[in-house]
Amino acid sequence: MSNVSLSEYQGIEASTWCTGCGDFPILKSVKEALVQLGIAPHQVVMTSGIGCGSKLPHYMRVNEFNSVHGRALPVATGLKLANHEYTVISITGDGDGYGIGGNHFIHTCRRNPDITHIAENNQVYGLTKGQYSPTSDLGYITTTSPEGTIEFAINPIALAIAAGATFVSRTSAGDPKHMTEVIAKAIQHKGYALVDVLQPCVTFNKKNTYAWYKQRTYRLEEEKGYNPQDRHAAWLKAQEWEERIPIGVIYQEVGRPTYEEQVTVLKQGPLVKQGFNGRIKDDIELLKEALV
Amino acid sequence: MATFDVTIKIGGEAGQGVESSGFGFVKALSRGGVFVFGNSDYMSRIRGGYNFYQIRASSEPLFCHADELHLLLALNDQAISEHKSELVKGGAVIYNEDLKFDADSLRAKGILLFPMPLVKLAYEAGADRIMANTAAIGAAVGVTEYDFERIADVIRENFKRKGEKVVENNLKLARQAYDIAKEKYAKSFKFKLNSISGAPKRMVLHGNQAICLGAIGGGCRFMAGYPMTPASTIIEYLSANGNQFGVLTKQTEDEISAILMTIGAAHAGVRSMTATSGGGFSLMVEALGMAGCTETPIVVVEAQRAGPSTGLPTRTEQGDLEFVLRASQGEFPRIILAPGNLEQCFEAGWRAFNLAEKYQCPVIVLTDLYQSAAVRTVELKAFDFTKIPIERGTLLDEAALDKLASDYKRHAITESGISPRAIPGHPKAVFMTTSDEHDEQGHIIEDAATRNKMMEKRMRKLDLAVEEMSAPQVYGSKKAEITLIGWGSTYGALRETVDRLNKEGMQANMLHFMDLWPFPEEKVTPLLKEAKYMVCVEGNYTGQLANMIRTYTGIQVDKRVLRYDGRPVSPKFILEHLKDEVRLHV
Repeated sequence: MSNVSLSEYQGIEASTWCTGCGDFPILKSVKEALVQLGIAPHQVVMTSGIGCGSKLPHYMRVNEFNSVHGRALPVATGLKLANHEYTVISITGDGDGYGIGGNHFIHTCRRNPDITHIAENNQVYGLTKGQYSPTSDLGYITTTSPEGTIEFAINPIALAIAAGATFVSRTSAGDPKHMTEVIAKAIQHKGYALVDVLQPCVTFNKKNTYAWYKQRTYRLEEEKGYNPQDRHAAWLKAQEWEERIPIGVIYQEVGRPTYEEQVTVLKQGPLVKQGFNGRIKDDIELLKEALV
Repeated sequence: MATFDVTIKIGGEAGQGVESSGFGFVKALSRGGVFVFGNSDYMSRIRGGYNFYQIRASSEPLFCHADELHLLLALNDQAISEHKSELVKGGAVIYNEDLKFDADSLRAKGILLFPMPLVKLAYEAGADRIMANTAAIGAAVGVTEYDFERIADVIRENFKRKGEKVVENNLKLARQAYDIAKEKYAKSFKFKLNSISGAPKRMVLHGNQAICLGAIGGGCRFMAGYPMTPASTIIEYLSANGNQFGVLTKQTEDEISAILMTIGAAHAGVRSMTATSGGGFSLMVEALGMAGCTETPIVVVEAQRAGPSTGLPTRTEQGDLEFVLRASQGEFPRIILAPGNLEQCFEAGWRAFNLAEKYQCPVIVLTDLYQSAAVRTVELKAFDFTKIPIERGTLLDEAALDKLASDYKRHAITESGISPRAIPGHPKAVFMTTSDEHDEQGHIIEDAATRNKMMEKRMRKLDLAVEEMSAPQVYGSKKAEITLIGWGSTYGALRETVDRLNKEGMQANMLHFMDLWPFPEEKVTPLLKEAKYMVCVEGNYTGQLANMIRTYTGIQVDKRVLRYDGRPVSPKFILEHLKDEVRLHV
């Protein structure tokens, strides 16, 4: 493990987040987790979508591809397939990752590339000023749901387990130490790893506040006998909401190969390092012969 | 040796083996040194419906199909009703003896009828009814007096995996049909096919395969796509050959994901492409703009089919030129190539990557269903892998990055507009890019001055790119009375029309556009000014190239010949629309 200091990740761009925003502790935890794991900024590529949370990589010193709304995961997959030596981390919000990018979310889960997906879930649309999101609780009142939402909220934890994700976790922006631990575990996990972060939006979400989460969350690590590798137990934990909300690694499947580990072409090493003509020069004429 | 130019159609229901037997015949002809053009016409369904495969075989090089039909192999009655009007005098129909149709009306038009016991022979040979197509091909070889051994070779090859017994049955069947047809009908049928000795070895391939070969040769190592007719054969071909040539293919959940993965892989320094049709391209539009804003070099193949919306899913059109030119919000540089023949498809396959990396922008290769699927014979040497240049533009290698003195700026403002490009992974070049407007470092900005500088920097790249765009290809008479103008897949039809007009004593030429954007107006304008009478031929309703010419040169073409029925433009179609011009000349 190389020696990496937190200052290497120090960004220069001024934040546009509101004072007290849950994104601040998330940013700190992401940096701390990378430092703890001894991963240097140039080894990391982060992708993000659009939204308050998706600005997170701007506020670090790191390689970043800031894509469009909902599209962080496929860009990340392309990067990982081109060079699987990168540590790839995608940052999305809830509308970004579970709404407009919902299809990519499902398919990335089942595809299992070695990507860490941090979803900053504030249960509301912040950047567009307070409309309901796919994770807004039923009955939640916003500018576009003045009578309260009448759609059942997406359960990202259950959805990820059902879709075949190999690492499904939740943490809370109000518990920075826990957050750093979970993010570090997610980065270390070989395969797709979801970190759903309960992130208070201090401006637009007056329901799901720091206090609201604090009253309900409990650490799974402290729950005796809980085994994240038990898919059935994980499924039951995934259903808990409102009264008690579990945080920690909810589900982990160990040993399933990642997508890139199974790709024949990548057995020769990262695609970007395979060069251009050397390997194919002698064989390429065969392609023409085969068409005679 | 006698010259020949013969068109044969095999028509029947989907599932009757129309396409596979037709393509088998094409191979048998090509291996006999004959120039062949083959295209299929099918409905958007797996079973039933009416399909045909069309083979044009000639002693001279071919670039397109022809509508004049010489021999029809009718596997059902619909084949006759569909094509009887296309048969030339002295042409013939081979059909199963029990087929009911109005034979007298055909005879009255001088068409020969060759009833054959196709189904009976199939049963007798131990094959089933479906193998009547093999018998029909055997009979066609018989009446045209082509070399039976050529078709026998293809039968052996095609049925090998089904076992020796099946090979034997099919060979016996083809031979019997050949013998009967030759003995009974060959004498009366005047259109003959001869193998040509001493011809060079030729490939038989379609436009999508040619694009793939160019792409592989050009260093494409990543291709993501979502299946959509007529682009699917690109991901299929690259998947089949990817392991051998180091191309990673990825079928995605949708076209949005396909272009995004392509962008991700390209950002990581791998030559990457995606391929789709208009409907899938519609989904890619947002990400296309992102590639423009982030200056990511990607290649997108857009194989057009007839729209709008689902349109005619298995039919051709050139309806998307204006769409790909303007797709996505805002203004950003893009390059559009519209190859018009297999050689140009091959060229576009590798050149697109050079252009994408040199100008750090999306490159769209615009083709269509007709060109994607139609096969033609091409000499092996026409695709020369050793001559493909790999130009990666301002890409910084590790040594260059090691020497970097100051912070790397991904979007550095330069005179050419092209910024030195790093790929993530080097300690001295930790950088970001974003779909938001940004400064040189890739940080999001909103101030007017930086915005202007960045817009101007990006758009400036086109000033340089346009110099690389080729003038339209001129073919035919130097001092032409009539100039046919077109782009993309109409190349063959235009070229042959020019030949036919010149043969009739009219001076004609063609201007064919492959490089469409940035529009090479300085090269185009003098050519147009020389033209006396301009006819723009396009496979769309509005004349999108004609509009483009008017917009960028101020020149209005004299006439537009437009086809939007989903069928490919042919020489006969063009000539029918030039009757007045030809009459005036005479």
